[in-house]
Amino acid sequence: MDAALHELRHRVMDADGAHTPLRLRGAGTKDFYGERCEGTLLDMRGYSGVIDYEPSELVITARCGTSLSEVESLLAQHQQFLAFEPPAFGGDPTIGGVIAAGLSGPRRFQAGAARDFVLGAVLLCARGELLHFGGKVIKNVAGFDLSRLLCGSLGILGAITEVSLKVLPLPRLEQTLGFQMQAHDALLAFNRWAGQPLPISATAWCDGHAWVRLSGAPSALRAARQRLGGEMLEAAAAGPLWCSLRDQTHAFFSQASTLWRLSLPSTAAPIAATGTQLIEWGGALRWCASDLPAADMRALAVAAGGSALHWRGGTAGARFHSLSPAVLQIHRRLKSRFDPHGIFNPGRLIADL
Amino acid sequence: MLLPEFDVDESRWSEVSQAPTPERGLAVAAALRMLLPADCVLSRDEELRPYECDGLSVFRQQPMLVVLPRTETELRAVLRECCRLEVPVVARGAGTGLSGGAMPHAAGVVLSLARFSRILEINPAARIARVQPGVRNLAVSEAAAAYGLFYAPDPSSQIACTIGGNVAENSGGVHCLKYGLTLHNVLGLRGCTIDGEPIELGGCALDAPGLDLLALSIGSEGLLLIVTEVILKLLPKPELAQVVMASFDDVGKAGEAVAAIIATGIIPSGLEMMDRKATAAVEPFVNAGYDLGAEAILLAESDGTPDAVAEEVGAIERVLQAAGATAIAVSGSEAERLRFWSGRKNAFPAAGRISPDYYCMDGTIPRNKLGHMLKAIEQMEHQYGLKCMNVFHAGDGNLHPLILFDANRAGEWERADRFGADILELCVQLGGTITGEHGVGVEKLNSMCVQFSPAERAAFFSVKRAFDPPGLLNPGKSIPTLARCAEYGRVHVRHGQLPHPDLPRF
Repeated sequence: MDAALHELRHRVMDADGAHTPLRLRGAGTKDFYGERCEGTLLDMRGYSGVIDYEPSELVITARCGTSLSEVESLLAQHQQFLAFEPPAFGGDPTIGGVIAAGLSGPRRFQAGAARDFVLGAVLLCARGELLHFGGKVIKNVAGFDLSRLLCGSLGILGAITEVSLKVLPLPRLEQTLGFQMQAHDALLAFNRWAGQPLPISATAWCDGHAWVRLSGAPSALRAARQRLGGEMLEAAAAGPLWCSLRDQTHAFFSQASTLWRLSLPSTAAPIAATGTQLIEWGGALRWCASDLPAADMRALAVAAGGSALHWRGGTAGARFHSLSPAVLQIHRRLKSRFDPHGIFNPGRLIADL
Repeated sequence: MLLPEFDVDESRWSEVSQAPTPERGLAVAAALRMLLPADCVLSRDEELRPYECDGLSVFRQQPMLVVLPRTETELRAVLRECCRLEVPVVARGAGTGLSGGAMPHAAGVVLSLARFSRILEINPAARIARVQPGVRNLAVSEAAAAYGLFYAPDPSSQIACTIGGNVAENSGGVHCLKYGLTLHNVLGLRGCTIDGEPIELGGCALDAPGLDLLALSIGSEGLLLIVTEVILKLLPKPELAQVVMASFDDVGKAGEAVAAIIATGIIPSGLEMMDRKATAAVEPFVNAGYDLGAEAILLAESDGTPDAVAEEVGAIERVLQAAGATAIAVSGSEAERLRFWSGRKNAFPAAGRISPDYYCMDGTIPRNKLGHMLKAIEQMEHQYGLKCMNVFHAGDGNLHPLILFDANRAGEWERADRFGADILELCVQLGGTITGEHGVGVEKLNSMCVQFSPAERAAFFSVKRAFDPPGLLNPGKSIPTLARCAEYGRVHVRHGQLPHPDLPRF
């Protein structure tokens, strides 16, 4: 067995034996994300490297500590990419961290979320065993879909040591159109366009500006531009714009107010909160920089048919939206069975789990 | 080694065919009739018989009772009562499943969702459909068509199969290479756990807090919860779709053509292959215009704007020519496109027409192992003395070998069963899986022993217990017990590792 994996296993088995919590961490680009978590650091970066990549199979398998930049540059050599556009937040996350957090970028609106691209995962569980779930093929319904359950689990069920992800060919062409419109009109337009067969791969609105990214064959983009109008952005400006939204280096994200991430039905009306807003995913993702009390912000999200996540800044308090009692009970049972001594990232996803 | 934390309660797993005492049947029926009108609880032999199997008719079991609740309130009452009386509950949609997932439990209740058959809402602005689980798959696209929208997953049985069954099996279809499986097209579920408590997972928003229990529930084969409502994603209907049909004089070449198309950066909306035996079986049945002289035919569909389709079809044709296609035809009209597909969609009934019985397999392998698999299947045909025709979702490596047999001839079913198990074992050895879209059900329990280690299977039981502590939802399906695997005697094969990696592979 690989020495780094051997080391990880023993660290986990020792922690389980001594009932001492571990804090799983890759490159630490998402340390800000989620609830606080105490525990001895378990650095996952030592177990790294791409294990298997066959471009014609559209699948890449990598060890958890492999950096996102290594994965993305390898894929780019073969004109392929991770279509969920994982955010790097200005650093270089590990692929294990990308999947454990399960966050997706602007293309999530059209291509799907991180979990939609997970085909398989290996879980290092509390007793040090390596459990293989899913696989390296696109269609696979053998056993419960545990590899996708791990996506976004923030490490509370165990350590992800390996992932297999579906990859896609890079779009032949991408162009971005800009429009001047207010939030209300932008939401109407985004939803109307999403109901038409247009090659839209991302949308965003901020401060009176709406942007629409088109991806696909040149002829399809030509037809779409005629239909949509707007001003085409220079390629030199369009690329950095979407990167700044994905990685949150856009000026909107540097405000002093508490940053909320609201996941809502795309057709929900603009949120009536104080402060400023940024809209992504065709209206399904609303960022609110606002000093509104947490309870009020959550109530607004619930009234609009979604949930609110306290993303960054502001005062202490629960980050994630609360779960219904029935759903919470299933979480508790899963946690107690997969991690009976509570060693994996205690409290990171749910305060007392 | 079994992990202590994954303690396994397998007690209800081995009792699937153990009949209840007559008194027990009467007592449960009486209790349920207190909750539902008389016509919603079936208990007579002739009423129960239609429910004794699903689409995989070689596995049959008469249930103790069948209940057909009409509302969520009734359904919750039924579940609470079954929970109290410790009666196993097997959910059932249209009964078109191909792995025996809806095969009844002898001492259990079949919970038919047939009366949950309403489309509750089509919201064109939000591009969603909210439907009850008994709604037929095709009915969703039919209802959405007025708005220029459609529901993408299209299993071959789509005229009959229900959305609830699709959710239970994570069904695919011929277009999932581009549009994904049921998993990718379901935004939310409402359902009930075994204690009758309602539960909502996902919703009209894209993200939900907590663990992704929605993903876990899709494809869970009725073992975790009973679904009462589903929120489906609708997509804009492409302006145009065209199919390229290519003939090959060698199956291996056709397999390489599939890889070449993907390598070019094209993701066709459908990419299917049929071998000579399959085209010979379907052509007299549907007159699709297939080249009967070809060893294999490929169907590749492109959809989008007319210009983009023209461009992509041209590119596909060039790749196919370079890969050695002996003939190429492009559908010139919607009618012709549907005719090209008709043979593929009717492959299963065609098998039933040329053979008294057929056994459909559902393994998935990496695309580049297709040639290897086909040669191995040919060898197995000789070994077991049975014919096998092959249709594939080639784009995603999902195989449907159809083993032809006659159940009335002594020993033929047993040979077909072993033939199938060998194919599935080879799928695992080649780095694939024993089921791509039909599910494990009761059919592939033994093969699960080959694909998963004892600790992995114990983890599945742990998930089961987290949702269903008494273990009453569809017990005996999907996950094999330790005892069963010990009895089966085949060893667990680690994914993608052949027992003899040093042997040359063809």
